[in-house]
Amino acid sequence: MSESNGDGILVSVQGARREFSRGNERIRVLDGVDLEVRSGEFLSLMGPSGSGKSTLLNLIGGLDRPNSGTVEVAGDRIDKLPDRKLAGWRARHVGFVFQFYNLLPVLNAARNVELPLLLTPLSKAQRKQQVETALSIVGLTDRARHYPKTLSGGEQQRVGIARAIATDPTLLLCDEPTGDLDRKAGDEILDLLDALCRDHGKTVIMVTHDPHASERADRVLHLLDGLLATEPAA
Amino acid sequence: MRFLYLIWCNLKRKKIRTTLTLLSIVVAFLLYGYLAAIQQGLDMGVSVAGADRLVVRHKVSIIQTLPESYEARMERLEGVVDATPATYFGGVYQDPINFFAQTPVKPAEYLAMYPEFVVPPDQMRAWEETRTGAVVGRTIAERFEWSVGDRVPLQATIWPRQDGGRTWEFDIVGIYDSEDPAADLTQFFFRYDYFREVLPEGARGQVGWYVVRVSDPDRAVEVSNAIDAEFANSPAETRAETELAFVQGFAKQIGNIGAIMTAVLSAVFFTILLVAGNTMGQAVRERIQEIGVLKAIGFTHVQVLGMVLGESVLLGVIGGLAGLGIAVVAISGGDPTGGVFPIFFFPVRDIVIGLFLTVLLGLVAGMLPALQALRLSAVDALRRQ
Repeated sequence: MSESNGDGILVSVQGARREFSRGNERIRVLDGVDLEVRSGEFLSLMGPSGSGKSTLLNLIGGLDRPNSGTVEVAGDRIDKLPDRKLAGWRARHVGFVFQFYNLLPVLNAARNVELPLLLTPLSKAQRKQQVETALSIVGLTDRARHYPKTLSGGEQQRVGIARAIATDPTLLLCDEPTGDLDRKAGDEILDLLDALCRDHGKTVIMVTHDPHASERADRVLHLLDGLLATEPAA
Repeated sequence: MRFLYLIWCNLKRKKIRTTLTLLSIVVAFLLYGYLAAIQQGLDMGVSVAGADRLVVRHKVSIIQTLPESYEARMERLEGVVDATPATYFGGVYQDPINFFAQTPVKPAEYLAMYPEFVVPPDQMRAWEETRTGAVVGRTIAERFEWSVGDRVPLQATIWPRQDGGRTWEFDIVGIYDSEDPAADLTQFFFRYDYFREVLPEGARGQVGWYVVRVSDPDRAVEVSNAIDAEFANSPAETRAETELAFVQGFAKQIGNIGAIMTAVLSAVFFTILLVAGNTMGQAVRERIQEIGVLKAIGFTHVQVLGMVLGESVLLGVIGGLAGLGIAVVAISGGDPTGGVFPIFFFPVRDIVIGLFLTVLLGLVAGMLPALQALRLSAVDALRRQ
């Protein structure tokens, strides 16, 4: 991924609007959002259900496009990229961490981590090396051959994080990464995301409902009525 | 190939469902194999019918006989190389259920006409030296455990002996074989001169049909017309046609076999298509969220489509290969009816078509689910928790 611009800005969203149709009704979820995220920053996005947090995350991750406005990540106008190029861009530059881990149950931990590497030109040996590295970062080397159903929730989420960092992306997008975990396991995941940000230079954008989780971020933004604010609604 | 492991794991996900679907595909291809073999049997060797051979029979029916004098007259016609007589004997060996064709022939002439039938030279000499000698196909010899030197009685149903008896006895002097899998090895040939001598005087001088070799297969129709013209307005008018047309005419007497086979196979494959398509449809519906994950981490729509189609094709190919394999082994054991089909084998051409069908089945069965997976957006898929 090309690194941040001269100002250290990795993600720049300008005037992003996103509407959805529900029957005849048009629902505006994002109403001209402006956001800049510095490279290496740990940003937390908070807000009530339906406020558009995940939608904003999807726009930044290239899973969705704004109706208007721009989304630029590391100099790439991803809102302009065609679908096929966007898929390749995601494979190279973004790691996704989901609330419910979303591991493939038919694959063991190592094979799950290897999935995004299948899209790279790496050889089998190189992929194996990358998988081992990712699993060692999340502390699950000894669980490489375990299938998701034999892992605890916290371990599954760590495999999910290992999958997200396997291709060494700069940007990690985490949608409620602790939402399905108890406090202890959640804290371990937050420690891990913190370490990825501080020690490995990853830029982390985390959507969460949990104020405890958002305390770990460098910056907390709140989404309300389709707009971002630095303070929660009163 | 990188995704093969993932495709394989997905296929194993619901083992019982996959196994049942595979079994249905196996049965379909086993049935396909048997129908192809039966088709061969009903065609009675159409595929090996000589392009340069004509069959000349009575214009009214194959049951009506022709004078044996026609042989020499046909051989005088331009374009005719040779003509040799054959007659349906219709004898019974022990029990009417033991059906096989018996034909009195002129040994050297007949085997020259059918070079695909191979008789060892010493057995050929023995046949020429033994008036009651008979040469039988390897299949029929194995079926009745006959060997050279055995004496075989046949009960005549059409041709009684001149002494009024109905038992004809023959000495097996040879066993013919063929390298061609489509050759009929269930026939029983005996000498025409012996047949002629033992018949009542009034029954002599008539033959069932003639096999005629033409000098140029491209002129077969022209020669056929010349033969029919030669005997026009005679008490025994002829109908000459290529051996292929003659054999096909026989097969058509019990209906349009090709159309029946096609209809049965179409119904079978359509059903299997629904079964396999339903399996793949369910598989995709159960995995929508996983498809969303794959797309989120960078798999393109086309790659996801390819993986679903790959899984479907793998399903079809595994089931199809197993079915075709079992069919090859089972059919190589021979005619399961014990003699209804003189020729019974799974032709290579149909095996190749079967292999093609395994892939086609997979592609068609997986097409709709694959398109569904293709159209699915990552966001919509991930939203379906």
